Amino acid sequence: MYKIVKKRVLNESVCLMDVEAPRCAAHCKPGQFVIVRTDDGAERIPLTVCDYDAGKGTVTIVFQIVGAATLRMKGLSEGDYFRDFVGPLGRPSELVDETADALRAKKILFVAGGLGTAPVYPQVKYLHGLGVDADVIIGAKNKDLLIMEDEMKAVAGNLYVTTDDGSYGRSGMVTKVIQDLYDEGHKYDLCIAIGPMIMMKFVCKLTRELDLPTIVSMNPIMVDGTGMCGACRLTVGGEVKFACVDGPEFDGFLVDFDQAMMRQNLYKTEEGRMYLAEQEKETHHGGCGNCD
Amino acid sequence: MTTDVNTRVPVREQEPEVRARNFDEVCYGYNEEEAVCEAGRCLNCMNAQCVKGCPVSINIPGFIEQVKNKNYEEAYQIISRSSSLPAVCGRVCPQETQCEGKCIRGFKGDAVSIGKLERFVADWAMENGIHPAGAAESNGKKVAVIGSGPAGLTCAGDLARLGYEVMIFEALHEPGGVLVYGIPEFRLPKDAVVLKEIENVKSLGVKMETNVVIGKTVSIDELMDEGFEAVFIGSGAGLPKFMNIPGEQSSGVFSANEYLTRSNLMKSFKEDADTPIYKGRKVAVVGGGNVAMDAARTALRLGAEVHIVYRRSEEELPARVEEVHHAREEGIIFDLLTNPTEILSDEKGWVTGMKCVRMELGEPDESGRRRPVVIPDSEFVMEADAVIMSLGTSPNPLISSTTEGLETNKWKCIVADEENGATTREGVYAGGDAVTGAATVILAMGAGKAAAKGIDEYLKNR
Repeated sequence: MYKIVKKRVLNESVCLMDVEAPRCAAHCKPGQFVIVRTDDGAERIPLTVCDYDAGKGTVTIVFQIVGAATLRMKGLSEGDYFRDFVGPLGRPSELVDETADALRAKKILFVAGGLGTAPVYPQVKYLHGLGVDADVIIGAKNKDLLIMEDEMKAVAGNLYVTTDDGSYGRSGMVTKVIQDLYDEGHKYDLCIAIGPMIMMKFVCKLTRELDLPTIVSMNPIMVDGTGMCGACRLTVGGEVKFACVDGPEFDGFLVDFDQAMMRQNLYKTEEGRMYLAEQEKETHHGGCGNCD
Repeated sequence: MTTDVNTRVPVREQEPEVRARNFDEVCYGYNEEEAVCEAGRCLNCMNAQCVKGCPVSINIPGFIEQVKNKNYEEAYQIISRSSSLPAVCGRVCPQETQCEGKCIRGFKGDAVSIGKLERFVADWAMENGIHPAGAAESNGKKVAVIGSGPAGLTCAGDLARLGYEVMIFEALHEPGGVLVYGIPEFRLPKDAVVLKEIENVKSLGVKMETNVVIGKTVSIDELMDEGFEAVFIGSGAGLPKFMNIPGEQSSGVFSANEYLTRSNLMKSFKEDADTPIYKGRKVAVVGGGNVAMDAARTALRLGAEVHIVYRRSEEELPARVEEVHHAREEGIIFDLLTNPTEILSDEKGWVTGMKCVRMELGEPDESGRRRPVVIPDSEFVMEADAVIMSLGTSPNPLISSTTEGLETNKWKCIVADEENGATTREGVYAGGDAVTGAATVILAMGAGKAAAKGIDEYLKNR
């Protein structure tokens, strides 16, 4: 059992929790993920790690309510427990293999979309700890859905916030900000983009034109997350790769995003149906598209 | 009950048309009367060949003699001295090629039904609350076992009996490994059989920690620093193999591992499960091994018409004869000498069918089996809305890539001595699928047993 020591509601559908998991906290590195289960019978949910504190033995997770299982997670309070919490899984970001000097010599741009802000944070924080100030773009649909702005401000070099509807910060998609920065004369050596697959696809389309090498973090469907089931397979550079053991970070120019997005829709109808059913309980009379 | 001595006592099973629609156990096993009658067929050979055929060398005539005498508790203790998982082995061992394959009775008639007798004894012990005889007094030495599948449980059980303090680390949220995520409920009930066998191993003093991925959550070096004097790696099979044919990434193409993990570990076969499973109307399972049969029979029970697609002929099917027989009885359709060349999908990426070619058998290849050769102009399209690839696995890289000094072979399997499980790293032993690639439960148990002996010798002489 893994105790929730802190819970913070970031917005209507996004929640942050610090969870006691000492073995995991001691080994976490930027770029990795964990899998959690609320209770017996619950799904295994992969979540990117947002922060970790080996001293306190805690790991910080941020999640969005997308189905029945995450809705149950939101219902947990400080002092409650997760039945299962396993990690860190996946390979750490390649940044951790580089020396501080090598990193200082690089201009790095992070692009975070929506919930992707959470996994970007530990990478920027890690660099900050080495005295490297990376620039960060955070994009959100609107002001209400923006998360972790203050935390990011404390560790980033320049922080650019943009909303799709212009309700806060700059206006437009993250790709517009990248283009604007280049037009203003900025230039980067490396881009790390984490967010919805569609965002990462379009970031890569642009950065390829800008000749800016780009790393993305993939979040396909997973079951065990430890290299057993093969559900998370992707095509990267024409080869089958498994996000759980080969990733989750890959060279964005090599990822077949269209295929990955198609595969991600596999259980959407089923998950969506269960979420609706759970929310509406006995008042659920269709609307999910699957009921009579 | 009387039978001809050359014929085994038949075992009762659920009717095929009934069981094809439920997940309850197919085989009911022997009752007491049937077991005693079947035990009476054992010749109690002086130089028992069956024992030589058993990877964990159970004293088979010894326990059968006790069944004959209706002394089931003693029969159980005899088996327990050699096997930590008799209720599992009695159900899933390929006895026909092991103990029963060597039975003298088999020359003139049916071999003694050793597997069913083992199952009877183990089930009787469970029903009557009999546990394996206790462990030796603790010798204070700590051993870590990685993985709680058949190899790990066996190694842990044997070491505990010798007095070692054993801690099993399991990556998933439930212990049992392939017994829980791989083999379906209808062949191996989880709560009634697997959990109880695991409890028996725990009753020997073995401790377990779930949610620990060795190589990630903690490394082997750190375990040694924590005071474990030896480590056994029984981490099991790894990533599923695919055919590398066009369309394999379409939605509706699954590995057998994924399909079975969803159904078995995550209980997706139950209506109220959280984890979804794609049921399919017409499912093609590619492959001919036991895992393919399990996936096919699972899909059938979820309501699909199911085809096994295998490139060689019936004779070469790697699955146990009993599994093939059960699958056929339940209505699985076998498309043999058939090989997929492409998976077809609609504009949304969902599977609609498979392009296949017909095969014929040519000259034997290096495996000794006749090589399947494509029949020219034999291409056809098989309709399907789900495809399950059951082509075996390649080893999981998590441990070998994070443990220095641990050698792997060209197939990335951990190199370990067959006699004692020793790897190239001092104090580290390994066995089961992590070493051999995908094999059987009982071979993994045999390897776990050999490694327990190897670890004991190593720690005694240190």
